[in-house]
Amino acid sequence: MAHILAVVVPQRGTLSPASYELIGAGRALADALKAPLTAAVIDASAKTLAADLATRGADKVLAVEHAGLANFTEESYAKAAAAAVAACGATRVILPSTVAGRALAARLAVLLKAGLATDVSEILPDGRVRRGYYGGNLIAEVEFKTPVAVLTVAPMTFPRAEPTGTAAPVEAVAFEPGAVQSELVSFKAEETREIDLGAAEKVVSGGFGLGGPEGFKLVYDLAHALGAAVGASRRAVDSGWIPYKHQVGLTGRTVRPKLYVAIGISGQIQHLAGMSSSSTIIAINTDKDCPLMQMASIAVQGEYAELLPLVTAEIKNRKGHAIAA
Amino acid sequence: MALHIIVCVKSTPSSVNVGVDASGQPKIAGVATALNPFDEFAIEEAVRLKERVPGSFATALTIGPDAAADVLREAIARGVDAGALVSGAEFEGGDSFATSLALSAAIKKLHAEKPVHLVLFGKNTSDVGAGVVGTQTAAWLDWASASAIKKIDEISETSATVTRQMEDGIDSVKLTLPACLSTIKEINEPRLPSLKGKMASKKAVFPKWTAADLGLQPAQVGAAGAGTTVVKASLPPARPAGLKIEGATAAEKAAKLVDILVERKLI
Repeated sequence: MAHILAVVVPQRGTLSPASYELIGAGRALADALKAPLTAAVIDASAKTLAADLATRGADKVLAVEHAGLANFTEESYAKAAAAAVAACGATRVILPSTVAGRALAARLAVLLKAGLATDVSEILPDGRVRRGYYGGNLIAEVEFKTPVAVLTVAPMTFPRAEPTGTAAPVEAVAFEPGAVQSELVSFKAEETREIDLGAAEKVVSGGFGLGGPEGFKLVYDLAHALGAAVGASRRAVDSGWIPYKHQVGLTGRTVRPKLYVAIGISGQIQHLAGMSSSSTIIAINTDKDCPLMQMASIAVQGEYAELLPLVTAEIKNRKGHAIAA
Repeated sequence: MALHIIVCVKSTPSSVNVGVDASGQPKIAGVATALNPFDEFAIEEAVRLKERVPGSFATALTIGPDAAADVLREAIARGVDAGALVSGAEFEGGDSFATSLALSAAIKKLHAEKPVHLVLFGKNTSDVGAGVVGTQTAAWLDWASASAIKKIDEISETSATVTRQMEDGIDSVKLTLPACLSTIKEINEPRLPSLKGKMASKKAVFPKWTAADLGLQPAQVGAAGAGTTVVKASLPPARPAGLKIEGATAAEKAAKLVDILVERKLI
């Protein structure tokens, strides 16, 4: 009997939009396999978080709560997730494609002797899944050969589960971490509370065509006007114009926002691998023949230094009018 | 104090810009292979640890056809001391589950010969790109693990403190050794192979282990031991033809662009 379990991994004790996407993906899988959907939340305050999740459309919510689960470590969280799997008899376990979710899925797959597929972008009606590989140049259709399967879902792919108005039952799952092999010493939050690339609905990226680090000021201005996260190409990062955490592409982050704006990025295959699944792609470049201008939904040929301030001002202007109206 | 560090490496297609063959699988026959680019960072980190902790020893480990010994040579050219090749027809078609089991068995064998403190991995492979083999290998070994590692801050024979890049900031994590670490690009800047290294790589001889040598059944490895099968590969759907924004002036182009953003409800 198929049973879907969505394992929610809160970050610093809070749920994120990705948590709700996971429930949305779980619902898609549960509907495809005509199976019940259980959500499990692993945290030191899991019971409190479970009350929120219970209103989002799962049939049941499991709370794996223990003081030792205050911070993410691979071994303890995997044991906690395995306890949740045992509690509900899940046959399909889904997790987010985050640093924590991916590592947790990896360990869990070994603990459960389960096949594993990561970065799943599509769940087919027969339970097979699709994921990109070869740097996004190919899509694999993956079949699980094991009775239990583990998958991580790509961010920004499934709809966020909304409150349904009813609350599913919440059950506590007993858990003892035992001897720990790793522990968190400290955490340092990002200094600026910028929007995280992986979860951003809009991304504005700059490339080597900016000509220098000062070009990113205009990129940031546009990103702020749009409410977007800031990305960058490998060459811009390697040139030291912006930190690595902003890098989009094969060696950086994979994003799939609703809107991706590429400024001065020619579109080497490694960059395209990280953003080609974006819904709308805007390219601004002086070279109309470069790969990104060719593949863009909207291509604007011109000097970014001239165009960007005008676009930013125009957006602010329209937003101002919208508020006035 | 001296460390034994293992670096797991993979021979991958040198270009990932591949199509689909007649059987519906990636068209990689005849495509040149090379060291998975992400593994350069893991190799470099192993060499830096050797420099940090004199007397330490680094072993490169790979699974693949006989030709995969080339990536072991590359690792030696970059400063690693030795290599081991896990090879045999039984390993073909393995996924992360089967591959990590085979790696863990080979690591156990190396560990029995010379106790291992740390196993390093690249962020992911350029072909499959799941980024899970390091953690799965640790799970089979029941060792500690951490991923997205951008710095090894402290290391002794019994513990390591590392910096992990999370989505919302950086964690400092202390692990009991032996442990497996999956690195990210930020951890270092790989150096090119040295002349001395290249000379050593030419002379290097590697042990070659089959499933039987690792105490594994053929059914546990390769396609038989895999938890998943890629039924077919396909090209991503083509994107619809794009729109070119024309205008006599930059202001005109900017206004047209914002019109479209409003029309498509993107602002």
